[in-house]
Amino acid sequence: MSEATVLAAIGVAATLAATLGAALGWAATRLRPNEDRLVESINALLPQTQCGQCRYPGCRPYAQAIARGEVDIDRCPPGGDATVRALASLLGREPKPVDPQFGTVTSPVVAVIDEELCIGCGLCLPACPVDAIVGAPRFMHTVLEAQCTGCTLCVPPCPVDCIAMRPKP
Amino acid sequence: MITAGLRLDSHKALAMQRPLQLAAAPAAAVVSLDQGGGTTASPAVHPGMRVRIGTAISRRGDATTATLHSPVAGIVRDIGLRDIPTPSGRGLCIVIENDGSDARDVPLAPVSWESLSAADLIDGIREAGIVGLGGAAFPTSLKLLAAREHSVEHLVLNGAECEPWISCDDALMRERAGDVVLGAQVMMHASGARRATIAVEDDKPEAIAALQTALTAVSDDRIALLALPALYPAGAERQLLAAVTGREVPYDKLPPAIGLVCQNVGTAAAVASWVRTGQPCMSRIVTVTGSGVNRPANLEARIGTPLSVLVAECGGYCGQPRRLIAGGSMTGRALTSDAMPLSKAMNCVLVAAGTDLVPRGREMPCIRCGDCATACPAGLLPQQLHRAALSDDAELFERHGLADCIECGCCDYVCPSQIPLTSRFRAARGRAKARREEMQRAADARQRFEQRERRLAAQAEAERRAFDEARRRARGAGAPSDGTDAI
Repeated sequence: MSEATVLAAIGVAATLAATLGAALGWAATRLRPNEDRLVESINALLPQTQCGQCRYPGCRPYAQAIARGEVDIDRCPPGGDATVRALASLLGREPKPVDPQFGTVTSPVVAVIDEELCIGCGLCLPACPVDAIVGAPRFMHTVLEAQCTGCTLCVPPCPVDCIAMRPKP
Repeated sequence: MITAGLRLDSHKALAMQRPLQLAAAPAAAVVSLDQGGGTTASPAVHPGMRVRIGTAISRRGDATTATLHSPVAGIVRDIGLRDIPTPSGRGLCIVIENDGSDARDVPLAPVSWESLSAADLIDGIREAGIVGLGGAAFPTSLKLLAAREHSVEHLVLNGAECEPWISCDDALMRERAGDVVLGAQVMMHASGARRATIAVEDDKPEAIAALQTALTAVSDDRIALLALPALYPAGAERQLLAAVTGREVPYDKLPPAIGLVCQNVGTAAAVASWVRTGQPCMSRIVTVTGSGVNRPANLEARIGTPLSVLVAECGGYCGQPRRLIAGGSMTGRALTSDAMPLSKAMNCVLVAAGTDLVPRGREMPCIRCGDCATACPAGLLPQQLHRAALSDDAELFERHGLADCIECGCCDYVCPSQIPLTSRFRAARGRAKARREEMQRAADARQRFEQRERRLAAQAEAERRAFDEARRRARGAGAPSDGTDAI
């Protein structure tokens, strides 16, 4: 084998390696699996109660954390097993029951303000993640039943305990 | 052409032994705000208010519901939740105590429909509270509007009445054939259709003869009479239209899309009665039948009459009544109480006793014989839908066309393994609907959440700016002024 042939072979191999390496490098940066799109599809499966029981401040942050692979998919009690199943089939994981540490799976509830007891303090208004409470300072408040997601976030701030969670009619 | 379907034993003769009777007015009428069409009207009266026969008791002007009228004269006693014969089982009802005076709200006057424009006529039909009396209680005005928009050319009047126990349309066509024909003329004017066909199953020769006489009397050559072979479910809308016109309504479209509009003969008679007398729709003909009732008959009863009153009108219960069913034996719905009121959707009260209903045996596994697929008039594969039901697989359901199931019960009837297919499919449709609503609700919540996030971010930004501005000013006031910083 002549020296020229060896050199040519090395040259070809090197060129090939360089081109393919460049292509792969380009693909790794430009054709990355679109994380936003994944977050969107995960978020679409979450029940949008924005309750924070998963320890994330809302459904989208939880979806982002799942997309980054930081947390498991079993943290959503409002969605229940159906949501876990849907997430599992989207992400190709094994379905599992909702982790009881993050709350128990209940039938859907809505918040109801006892209008006799309400003092109109307005503390529940900023707590509601979906703006489903109407009221103004020193006026009686009420919950828009159709918009209430049953997240229970308005219950702790109430100083007179006039908000109760009732089963959704 | 009907390609699939069943020949069922008819039990219509039972209630047809007696002529159409007028039922007595109830002591209290319970008028449901959902008459069975799925839309709920809002009440326009309040407890304590005095109403008369024909007083509008639901709010007018809502295009999606037909107006409700008081069927009795008296005092509104209550507006509250009652058991009603709809899938949900409970709904808001207006309870009106009958004072027995039968006083009328306004003097009745015939409607000069020929001089009305189609739009005014359709409005009038809505205000007269006329809905599909075949059993769906869908507002007739909406159907006519859709027909008008698509400029349909053919109106089909459904007098097939294929359910084995029901004979209310038969009784109506025999005794009020003239009204059916007049109703056809009015609805042709309203919908813009150029011809009409009255389709009747050939097991009702008396009704066909009566209609023939009525047609000869008016000599309107736009209206034809067609006798169909009695094959269940010939009276289902899509199946009927295919049998009459030979054209199939696409699965994802409604009949107006192919130039057809279908109305029940009872609806036509209600329209005719309204134009003839000005009387709104406050009563309907209902078959009270079955071997659990003494004198089965067809009654013309006021809407809101408790079913127990209707049964009493027919001589009360006898034997050992086992089940009370609203509608027929194939598509009816079992009722939990005879205190439920008559609705515009209810064409039959079946008091089943003894061997009226074939008792369902123990459910066995599907053996994939395919009998159900042969019987299905909608051309579906019930055995595949059953497989989807077993795993509650929404996607599989959709792929096999669950939405096109007409819940006729043919697959149940022929299944050798006695699988309650139709009720499974009905439940699956309910779940699918709940799922869709849940998704919509989640989407709304998400939108509200995101809007709130944006609003809070904008507020925080505005506060930060205000703070910076204040600090800059404070600093400016502390430093020696050069006069350019004046406020």
